[in-house]
Amino acid sequence: MPNEPLIIAGRRFRSRLMVGTGKFPSAAALKAALDASGAEIVTVALRRVDLGQPAGDSILSVLDPKQYLILPNTSGARTADEAVRLAKMARAMGLPPWVKLELTPEPKYLLPDPVETLKAAEILIKEGFVVLPYIQADPVLAKRLEELGTATVMPLGAPIGSNRGLRTRDMIRIIIEQATVPVVVDAGLGAPSHAAEAMEMGADAVLVNTALADAQDHAAMAKAFALAVTAGRLAYLAGLGPERDAAEASSPLTGFLE
Amino acid sequence: MKTSSKNSPFAKILTAWPEARLREGIYRAGPGDVERALGRELLHPEDLAALLSPAAAPFLEDMAQAAHRLTRQHFGRTIGLYVPIYLSNICTSDCTYCGFAVHSGSQGDRRTLTPAEIRSECAVLAGQGFQSVLLLTGEAPKAAPVSYLAQAVAIAREYFASVAVEVYALDEEDYRLLVGQGLEGVTLYMETYDRETYARVHPRGRKRDFAYRLEGVVRAGRAGVRRLSLGALLGLYHWWADGFRLGLHARHLQKECWQSAISLSFPRLRHAPHRHPVQYPLADRELVQLMLALRIFLPEVGFNLSTRESSRLRDRLIPLGVTMMSAGSSTRPGGYSHLDDGALEQFEIEDGRSPAEVAAAIRRAGYDPVWKDFDRAFIE
Repeated sequence: MPNEPLIIAGRRFRSRLMVGTGKFPSAAALKAALDASGAEIVTVALRRVDLGQPAGDSILSVLDPKQYLILPNTSGARTADEAVRLAKMARAMGLPPWVKLELTPEPKYLLPDPVETLKAAEILIKEGFVVLPYIQADPVLAKRLEELGTATVMPLGAPIGSNRGLRTRDMIRIIIEQATVPVVVDAGLGAPSHAAEAMEMGADAVLVNTALADAQDHAAMAKAFALAVTAGRLAYLAGLGPERDAAEASSPLTGFLE
Repeated sequence: MKTSSKNSPFAKILTAWPEARLREGIYRAGPGDVERALGRELLHPEDLAALLSPAAAPFLEDMAQAAHRLTRQHFGRTIGLYVPIYLSNICTSDCTYCGFAVHSGSQGDRRTLTPAEIRSECAVLAGQGFQSVLLLTGEAPKAAPVSYLAQAVAIAREYFASVAVEVYALDEEDYRLLVGQGLEGVTLYMETYDRETYARVHPRGRKRDFAYRLEGVVRAGRAGVRRLSLGALLGLYHWWADGFRLGLHARHLQKECWQSAISLSFPRLRHAPHRHPVQYPLADRELVQLMLALRIFLPEVGFNLSTRESSRLRDRLIPLGVTMMSAGSSTRPGGYSHLDDGALEQFEIEDGRSPAEVAAAIRRAGYDPVWKDFDRAFIE
């Protein structure tokens, strides 16, 4: 299988590693991680940045819109209405009409609300947004969102910031198997091996933030994730294939009928 | 004011931990209990008691490492900045420890800012870069009624992304009214969870109603307030007792108000009015043990640190669990635009550095100072 570029809503990307911008100790640390990651899609929490004064902002000041697709996210929104307002505000301030839909009504684990996410996706798609929803690893929800017209689905591997890896592995496998849009594994990937595992399973991309922000050497960790994503992708293309519940026996029991 | 229930869910939890049971948990805890608490994924109340106990004192460095790791994991290397705006220093309560109290003997002008004066305070602070403010009043529903608070919130919202209040305890519908004006946060300290001490230090006025104040934070959460801050005024009672109950309160609120972010403050009573000697003074080491124990018990909860503490201590507390710091504060109404430098202040500021100096200290500690962490677009 050739390694084709990742295509989201008609746009082509060479990198399959997306990076989040929260939790970094400084603008310099964020920049070092971004440079080393090779990421082309970078997500930014709208609540955190001041779009009116990008120069003074420790996140926006290092994001060159020519180099990165800045993907605004609605983290902190509790309802569809709030998320829709945030997305519209970002578009009005000149960001591209793309939005990573994060509807996280409970601040403790920041788990996504499926009901509000579905509602907001429907509204935003009608408004002409390219919608990338952050979701629980729920295969049925993923299909429902895909039917609405979301550009991707972004199931979580584990709660945001937990570094626990692919705890939802079985459900993500089903999502990958059934999806007709790119599947981006988001949240919980704490080590490059977690990212490689997601890519080996056939995920189209992964998104990482805490693991880079919390590393001693931000650039080195970003590079490690980039390599892991590439390695995982190559392994998937080389024929690991999806796992199945049923084994394919190497010595068929019904061979005598041939 | 509605009659308050003495049998609220949290009051029941408090009742389940009478002083005798808590003392036993604190004084019987041994090194094994502390180690078990440090090894658990989800701590039980008994584990919190062990971490607050004398047995935990030799484990302070281990606790600090755990608290540092947990805070970094949940909040990253960032510290939010906020600033208080005192709207009024008029107070009808008589809290024995407070400089604003009716019989405190404090000298100084009493005033309530007019809308125009609120604007001039906001303009100064917005010019310093703040995007998050905390509006304060005394316990004075006549001088600063709910309609006035609503107006103040609406004005502050024109200048800042996030507006919180620290005022007298309100009814749920009053909190809802303020949320409608753009209120994001409510800070309401219980002062002390010990009923006897509470009654002694609040000799008169509406604040005497322990149950009504205890349930205030839940009312705010039900009204849709997104950030709820709790605290005990350290020095009124045994720090471990109030700290333990504060931890239980926060955990209860995480369940009861599951859509609100909970945060804790650690106001330490240093200088009280003449009539109120601080009976349970708290050493730095004890303050640190309290913060570390609560961080390990509540890894996802925000920690606020005010300018009541010195710059030297504040800088060293940054990596131990702090997530929000105030800076450049004044505790007198009109203090930023120098309306009346003779106005009575609530307490003396220990860390007098400017916001820019505090931000620089945060950077030196290896953290990113965050001015904005909320957006007007959340609220219509």
